Order: sequence, then C-alpha cells, then structure tokens
Amino acid sequence: MTNLPPMTNTGFFRWLWRQLTSMKTALVLLFLLALASVPGSVYPQRGVDPIKVRNFITNSPTWGPILDRLGFFEVYSSPWFSAVYLLLFVSLIGCVIPRVGVHYRAMRSAPPPVPRILERFAGTRENIATASTEEVLSEVTETLRKAKWRVVAGPVESPTWVAAEKGYLRETGNLVFHLSLLFVLAAIAIGGLFGWKGNVIVREGSGFSNTVTQYDAWGGGRYTDAQALPPFSFTLDKFTVDFERGVAQRGAPRAFEAEMSYKVDPTAPIEHRLVEVNEPLVVSGAKVFLVGHGYAPLIKVTDETGKAVFEDAVPFLPQDGNGTATGVVKIPDSTPQLGIQALFLPTAALDEVLGPHSTFPGPDDPAVFMSAWKGDLGLNTGKPQSVYRLVTDNMTKIGLEQLKPGQSWTLPDGSGTVAFLGYKRWASFQIAYDPGKEIALIFAALAIIGLTMSLFIRRRRVWVKVVERDGVTVIQVAGIMRASTLEDKDIGALSEDLDLVEQALQAAGVARGITEEER
Amino acid sequence: MSPESLARISNVMIYSSMLVLTFAMFSFAASFAGGRRRASSSVTESTMSAGGAAVLTQTVVETEIPGRRASNIGISLTWLAFALLLAGVVLRGVWAGRAPWGNMYEFSITAALGVLGVFLIANTRIDLRWLGLFIVIPVLLTLGVAVTVLYTEAAQLVPALKSYWLVIHVLAAIICSGAFTIAAATAGLSFVSDRAERKAAAGVEVTGILATRIPNAERLRSITNKTLAFAFPLWTFTVVAGAIWAENAWGRYWGWDPKETWAFITWVIYAAYLHARSTAGWRGNKASLIALAGWIAFLMNYFGVNFLANSLHSYAGVGS
Ligand code: HEM
Repeated sequence: MTNLPPMTNTGFFRWLWRQLTSMKTALVLLFLLALASVPGSVYPQRGVDPIKVRNFITNSPTWGPILDRLGFFEVYSSPWFSAVYLLLFVSLIGCVIPRVGVHYRAMRSAPPPVPRILERFAGTRENIATASTEEVLSEVTETLRKAKWRVVAGPVESPTWVAAEKGYLRETGNLVFHLSLLFVLAAIAIGGLFGWKGNVIVREGSGFSNTVTQYDAWGGGRYTDAQALPPFSFTLDKFTVDFERGVAQRGAPRAFEAEMSYKVDPTAPIEHRLVEVNEPLVVSGAKVFLVGHGYAPLIKVTDETGKAVFEDAVPFLPQDGNGTATGVVKIPDSTPQLGIQALFLPTAALDEVLGPHSTFPGPDDPAVFMSAWKGDLGLNTGKPQSVYRLVTDNMTKIGLEQLKPGQSWTLPDGSGTVAFLGYKRWASFQIAYDPGKEIALIFAALAIIGLTMSLFIRRRRVWVKVVERDGVTVIQVAGIMRASTLEDKDIGALSEDLDLVEQALQAAGVARGITEEER
Repeated sequence: MSPESLARISNVMIYSSMLVLTFAMFSFAASFAGGRRRASSSVTESTMSAGGAAVLTQTVVETEIPGRRASNIGISLTWLAFALLLAGVVLRGVWAGRAPWGNMYEFSITAALGVLGVFLIANTRIDLRWLGLFIVIPVLLTLGVAVTVLYTEAAQLVPALKSYWLVIHVLAAIICSGAFTIAAATAGLSFVSDRAERKAAAGVEVTGILATRIPNAERLRSITNKTLAFAFPLWTFTVVAGAIWAENAWGRYWGWDPKETWAFITWVIYAAYLHARSTAGWRGNKASLIALAGWIAFLMNYFGVNFLANSLHSYAGVGS
C-alpha cells in the first residue's frame, strides 16, 4: 500500500474501498483475526466460566481490572474482535460480489481468441495436417466439446484456429465458498438473536416445565420472547450412572442414562425417551442435553416439639471428580431459624491430611458431614441469596456431626434433630434452542464443497492453430493453465489436455507427427 | 488372548516401530552424506499469471539426488515401522474395545501413524525420499513423548466421547496432522533452498550438505502448496464435524472452548496462507512462514490445549 490516497473526497473513499477490498488487506485481516482469537484461550472467559473470571480478577488486582476493561474476559464479543471480523466480512463482500458479476459474464462469453505466437508456451506441440484446415478444426471442436470444453473458432470468415476453455467451476466454487462464509456468519447471528439456552437441575422423580422461572440459569437473544417459550415439560423418572471401577481411569464416568417422560404441551400425551450424553431429547425444536449429575441428600429436620419443619432431597453441587459435594439447607420456618452447611461424600473416607473426602464417585459408602447454625438466615433483607450458600453473619454455630444414611443427630442445644434419610440423584440439563444451526450446517457444507471445487478444478485454455510454414500446413497445439490459487508450475494436467487433442487429430487421420528430418 | 497380553503386544509393537524408525532415520541421514551430483537443470515453464503473461522460472542451484540406496532403505524401514505402528494402534483399539483415540497417548500414537501414512502414500506419487528425515524425526519425538510422558492404561471412553462423529472427526484430524507436518517440513526446507539460491545468484558457491541435496525452493513451495490445498478442505471438514459432535454433546456447536479456538486459529492461518499464495509479494518466503505458523497453531491444539485445565475437551487422561 505504497500509493498515496487522493485528496478529493470521492477519490479518497474510492481509494479506501479499493484498499479495504484488496487481497493484501484480506490477508492482514485474516492474521489479525487469528491473533485476536488467541487471548480467549489464555484467559478464562465469562461466557464459559464466570467463576474463574472472578477469581482471576480477585487474584490479580492490578491487571485483572485492566484486562477486564479491555475485554480480555469476553474476547469474542469484545469491540476489537468484532471490528476485525466485521472488517474482514466487509472486505469479503466488497471483494466477492463484483467477482460474481465478472464471473457470470465470463461464463456466458466465448473464450478469448488465440494468442499471436504459440511457441512461447510450455509444452506446445506441432503436427502436420493431412486434411483440410476445415476438417482439422471441426475434429478439434468436436473432441473438445465432447470433453465439456467451451469452444470458439476464428476468424469468422475462414477459421484458422480454435480456442477452448474449461474449469469455470473453479471460480464458481471459490465464490460459493466465500459467500457461504457470509451465510454461516449470518446463521450464527440468527442463533444469537433468536435462540435461548438454559440450565436446570432436576432430581430423580421430579419434573420440569419450560418457563424461564424454572431454570437455574437462562439466557436469550435480543429478539427472543422469554414469555413464549414452547410449553413442554418432562419428568426424570430414573437416572442411572456408572463409573469406571478398573484401575485405569478409576472413577471416570462410563454411563449416564436418564429415563424421561415428556409432554410437548400440557394437553399432549406422555411420551418416553432414554436420554444419554450424546443423545439429547428433541422437543419443539429445542434440544434437552444431559450435561451433569450429582447427589441430593434427603434431609429431615424436626424441631424440639418433634414437628417436622423440613423434609426434602437437596441438590448438592459437585466439587471434584470423586463426587464430593457441598450444599446448604435453610429452614426459615423454625424459631430461631436453622441453617445447615453440609458436605456429601458418596464414598466417605477420613484422614489427617485431607480431612473428610470421597474416594470414589459412586455411592459405595455415603456420608454427610454437617455443621448446624441458628439465628437469622437473612432471607428478609431483600438481597437475593444463593441457595447454595449460607449467610452466617447473624447466626451462631451449634455443632458438627457426621451421619450415615438412616442416622439422625439431636442438636446439642436441644433445638431439634437432623436426620440423613438417604439420597437421590439429580441430573443437570442444558436446554438449547438455536434456530440458526441448520442454516449454519447447510452453508458450512456448501463452503466445503465450494472450497474443494476451487482448489481441485483447474482453469485452463487450449488453442489449436493451423499455420503455413515452408509450404507445409502445421497444426500447433498449445495451452495454458491458471494453476489455481496455488500458482503452481506443474503443467501435468495441461499436457493431458494437449495429448487429448493431438491423439484425437491423429486418430481421426487429419494429422501426423513431425519426423526428425522435417524439423 | 487375555487383555493384558493384547496390551503388552501393542506396546511391544510400538517400541519396535520406534526402533525401526530410528534405523530409518539413520538411513535417511546417511543418504544425505553420500549424495550424487545431479546435472544442473534449467527449466522453463509457463503459467498463466494474473495478468495472463507467461512466467519463466529457472533453477539455479545444482542439487544432488540423495544417496539412492540409503534413502530406499529408509523408505522400506519406514514402511515396516508404519506396519508395526499400525498393528500397535489396532491392538490398542482391540484391547480398549473402541476406536483408539480416547486419550492423549492414543491420539499421539495415532497421529504418528497418520503422519507416516500420509508421507508414505504421498511418496508413491511424487518422489519424497529426501523428505524422509524431516518426517521421521518429529514422528519419533511424538512417539517418544507418548510412551514416556503420556502413557495411559486403556480405559473406556467417557460418555461425551462415545459418538461416531468423534471417529470421523478424529480420523480427519489425523490425516490433516500428516499433511500439515509434510507441508511444514517442506516450508521449512524451502528457506534452506531459498538461501542457497540467493547465494548462487550472487555467485557464491553453495556447499551446504542440506542445501545441495534438497529440491529447489520453488519445488518445495509447490509441494507445501499442494499438500495444504489437500489438507485445508479436510481441516474445514474436521472443524465442522467437531462442531456437529459438540452440538450433540453439549448443545452448542461453537463455544470458543480453547480447543475450538485453536482449531479456528489454525484454519484462519491456513486460509491466510492460501491467500498469500495468490497475493503479489507474498508468494515466496512469507507464504512459507505462514505455513509454519499454521503448523505451530495446529500443534498448540494437539498438545498445548490438552493441558489447559479450563477446556471441556480436557479428556486427555494425563496424570489420572
Ligand atoms: C472470511 C475470510 C476469508 C476466508 C476464510 C477466505 C478463505 C479463502 C481460501 C481458503 C481460499 C483458497 C481457495 C481458492 O484458492 O479458491 C481463498 C481464495 C481467495 N480469496 Fe478468500 N477468504 C476470505 C476472505 C477473502 C476476502 C476478504 C477476499 C477479498 C479481498 C478474498 C479473496 C479471495 C480470492 C480472490 C481468492 C482466489 C485466489 C486465487 O484465485 O488464486 N477472500 N480464500
């Protein structure tokens, strides 16, 4: 880009546009795109793991906030990342759209006439005509037409040459490829604007119906109508989980099977489906994916009069690969209010170093370790509280205990008993609706097809020219290849084309090879 | 046959393959030591450049054909190593009762197999014996890392990996790994030739063992080119297949997970490479540099990302 911009307004903008749509700019923008993508794999991303981002910022008080300002924790929606890909796509449009017109005209017009001198082209062959020029040229024309070449003869009054071209689909493929990229981007945008996605934890035996309030987390696009989600519902009837018990990768998950019954809408008949990790339930265009699992200990709390104030299976959040899970029980209905912080261990072990921990994710020997608190749960302050955290600011601890299933614990201050009755499993589901994904897939497939055409089809021209030389009629056969992008000096494919013409001429008896003496 | 003996045989096959490859490496190295002088050739070829003018090229450096006997032995040994490795990988799969790509160890041995396979098959079409050394060395390194650092006992796949899209996706990725490696090797070597040609053009005698025994820079670039022209659509397919699989397992086809990110970066860099090849002023060394950058991004994806903890794809099985 050494040329200076012109000083007039229109001149300047035309110059700018030419720069933007030049191949060199495309190249630079592609680099920038690659470069701009890197930080997203280095720094935690809010969209993927918001907790990690928070920890990162807490742990580096100087750089954390600066990086946050600059969008390093939301790289793929940051202004600079967007700028790069939008510029790239503007450049793409500016570059490709005009080429569509040019290519359309090229496909409809005749190949350009034969060059004046054919000798300078590599691989040019010469034959001696043994029939009239007319016969030679009609033989050539027929052969090439049969091989799907576009052929033209000239000059019009008395033709002495034939020019042929083939491989237009190369450019077609290239255009299809680039345009498909635009449509893939559009499909991604459609998904982002009209789609939605949510996560929900469902205990074995419990149900879920598809409204925003039932989700633990839900997010929709700018044009998603959160009040009009498809009214399906489902129940998790049975959830089977299996872990590796062998030595290698012990504890790694091996099977998750969720037996579900669902209804497309409240009045529809009940249907059944087995949902597994790679086999989501598809309902009303949304997909219900099984993405996680955990335990929900069954806790029962009675007050000092023996009245049950709480009894439920409480989902605990998994903390490690061995199923260690933490959770909280809040009992606002007792006076004073009670709170329990607990650790659930599917296969419990206790040692000096690790304290209570789990040695296997399967429920071989479950136990809960809990601490009980009394006081004010702080639920009426108006501040939203996480169901997984106990706010102990206005509470006092009343004791610690370890329980096996079936055991119960009389609180040391006599304010009641806590019983660990057993556990249920829970499954977490990601429910996603992306109206753009089929479009994205179609255009991704088209892009691959176009790309393959573009890279493997060779655009080439063949010329046959009849010239008089020293009283003999010589047939010159030459050609040239636009060796694809690849600017390849390999003329192998072209010599096959020249062979084809030469052999057809000789086979038809209208030409013969030149002997040594004749040279 | 008991599973343990299957595992043992698989391991023996892989170690034998490494041993044979070591000999292949020496043979290829020896072929450089004892090269034969080839007449300097002046080739004139024409292509249709953007403007429609014919382009003439000339070869300036005298190159020698690497010692035929030694490089033939190298190729034969590489075939043997390939067969042994193939047996090792297949037995590993039989032992595990699934496609042998469930963890980093298995990815690595299968990738090594892919690189050797693509190289050997390409060699039957164009003479690539001189490239052998530069293929065998990275393969040996990969296998070395695999058997020492990455070794994992076979285990079943975690449920997310049980999908035929995985088989398709990984198979395509493995073929790409072969092609990308060849392209990187030829791109790297083209710098050596290019330097030699500059020297020759300046009238300095070129004496380097390597420089006088590999094809000229233009030919090397052309091989890089063709290999990447083959690999790029396949890589595009690999990424799309991965997206389909991700959609089926996690409910989104693209989530900028580090593995996805690096697959994308690799794709963009190679797209830049293909553009560079048709951009004036970028065809030569700059394009080769981009090809190398693409390979590094690809390696990042293959090895780097599996150790980053915040990837959904962290099923590497390392350290467990
Ligand atoms: C989204 C970004 C882009 C990607 C991923 C991309 C990718 C590619 C690929 C892989 C090729 C090689 C296939 C072939 O040779 O036909 C190619 C060729 C080409 N691209 Fe792009 N491209 C992008 C943007 C652009 C832009 C912005 C322009 C215009 C400046 C452009 C112009 C071209 C041209 C003219 C060719 C053909 C080169 C030739 O005929 O030798 N591309 N592109």
